[in-house]
Amino acid sequence: MTGAWIMGSFPTPHAVVTAARALRRRGHADLDTYSPFPLEETDEALGLSRSPMPLVVAGCAFTGAASGYLLQWYCNAVSYPINVGGRPLHSAPSFAPITFELAILFGGLGAFFGLLALLRLPRLHHPVFEAPGFTRATVDRYWISAFTRDAAARAELEAALQALGADEVAVVEGPAP
Amino acid sequence: MEPVPTPLHASLRPTSILEGERGDRALTDALMEAVWTRRGRGWWALFLPCAALTGLLLVAITVTLSVGIGSWGNNIPVAWGFGIINFVWWIGIGHAGTLISAILLLFQAQWRTSINRFAEAMTLFAVMCAGLFPLLHMGRSWLAYWLFPYPATTGMWPQFRSPLTWDVFAISTYLTVSFLFWYLGLVPDLATLRDASPTRRQRVLYGIFALGWRGSARQWRDHRAAYLLLAGLATPLVVSVHTIVSWDFAVALVPGWHSTIFPPYFVAGAVFSGFAMVLTLIIPARRVLGLERVVTLRHLENMTKVILATGWMVTYGYLVEAFMAWYSGDEYELSALANRAFGPYAPFFWLLLACNCLVPQTFWSKRLRTNLVWVWIASVLVNVGMWLERFVIVVVSLHRDFVPSSWRMYAPTWVDLALFAGTMGLFGCGFLLFLRFVPAVSATEVKELAHELDEADQHEEARP
Repeated sequence: MTGAWIMGSFPTPHAVVTAARALRRRGHADLDTYSPFPLEETDEALGLSRSPMPLVVAGCAFTGAASGYLLQWYCNAVSYPINVGGRPLHSAPSFAPITFELAILFGGLGAFFGLLALLRLPRLHHPVFEAPGFTRATVDRYWISAFTRDAAARAELEAALQALGADEVAVVEGPAP
Repeated sequence: MEPVPTPLHASLRPTSILEGERGDRALTDALMEAVWTRRGRGWWALFLPCAALTGLLLVAITVTLSVGIGSWGNNIPVAWGFGIINFVWWIGIGHAGTLISAILLLFQAQWRTSINRFAEAMTLFAVMCAGLFPLLHMGRSWLAYWLFPYPATTGMWPQFRSPLTWDVFAISTYLTVSFLFWYLGLVPDLATLRDASPTRRQRVLYGIFALGWRGSARQWRDHRAAYLLLAGLATPLVVSVHTIVSWDFAVALVPGWHSTIFPPYFVAGAVFSGFAMVLTLIIPARRVLGLERVVTLRHLENMTKVILATGWMVTYGYLVEAFMAWYSGDEYELSALANRAFGPYAPFFWLLLACNCLVPQTFWSKRLRTNLVWVWIASVLVNVGMWLERFVIVVVSLHRDFVPSSWRMYAPTWVDLALFAGTMGLFGCGFLLFLRFVPAVSATEVKELAHELDEADQHEEARP
């Protein structure tokens, strides 16, 4: 179901963080900010929870380590036992390097593809791109967006952004975040 | 009692890591400019010779595959010649990129910001060049997939107790993780390129690679976490890769190889040569691309200090190798040591000591550290020294081992030389294309740094 994205741009990081705090205090949900580089205070200003990335990566890394070790054990001790210099078939120390490398490989792939999955990327089109001047969000402008389906809230948000000193205010119709 | 703040005298402050105007727009324009402007004659003058060398590489690869590795100079007893020397040399060069981008990120060293992308790109191309050598050295390269465990009809599996098998996993993991790390850091800049594109074609192309990045707070939250985690994974990875490479040697019983100092000494040597390569590339590039304000003298000076420090670690490695050979009392170890210093390849040994131990000592002097002509020459000499070090380890240890009747001299053939020169061309092509299509310095991170520095300045001014 579609609704309205009310968007405003600010010239400094400080201004957009202040705006985010103000809108949140007024009880608006579905807020987000857009900046050319990560801003320290947005997580707290928007009330974002901690990133789930560490859990994803830890899970992948442990999977990699376990599968790496099991693979070597199965290949060299069970399926095709090779006697090398009379060493035990199940020789844990010489399995350590590949166990480690596979932990890193799986962890790294998990970090990258986990991030894409969490953020639902690649997604080449998004309603916020429709706002005129939004291309500067990756250069030198700091944007804020609020999503609502309510016509009254929409007018109120527009007025609030004007009052907070937004340089540009834009409204874009689009699906919910 | 209230602590009395001491105002910092301007002359005591270190040279800035960011000079000139710090506005978001100005920085973006300055860093993206190299992507939009047409490459001039200078770029082509560099690219064409590199492309020609890459052509030579293709010829040498064709000869290697059609004739076989009999076209190379290595034979028993020197079964590892240029192939392994160049493999270890290229891999070592790659390591500085990961060190700069991952370890310095974890240490929050702000000065890394201007050089990390550059160094990471260097890592990628260096690892690609490195990987070619073992692949060709196998002789029947089209059977390379035998290295990986897959359910074969023969019912056989790789032998996982061998460092050569560990190498396969280490190098392929290193290439994959280095690429992901580089690309993840690049995505926000690709979005900036998309949004600043002058033509529709460029906007569509950069838009596809930017994956639809919006720079929203939620995206930044997870991006920052993923980037830090990748850095945390890459840091032990880089140490493990060169450790495993050194085990290729240390696990063998050959005198001059069988030594426990190898892993730390190889890792230090890798960082040493990698930083030298970053300097070799960045000193001309910052000039040509006009990056002097972002890659300042302070960065170059810091890198020379890293070279000085790692130079001492490498020197320590040489001393320990000699000491252990003497202390072991083993006649083969002692003769390997004497053969290095006074045998037929002795000039290489002394030249490597001069390049790796003496040349970095000039960096004690601030005047020489900031003399870019000397820094550039020294960085080239360090890389020559590190290549010679691998030559001495590989060839000099093998050509005279246990039984004098099997002693042989080693000389590369034209195919060996063409492969080595060819990988330099491939590296050069990759690097020049990188400089052409993406910003060499992360605009995102430099803007973030500029805001941090501005805040620090305001804080400074606010003090009484």
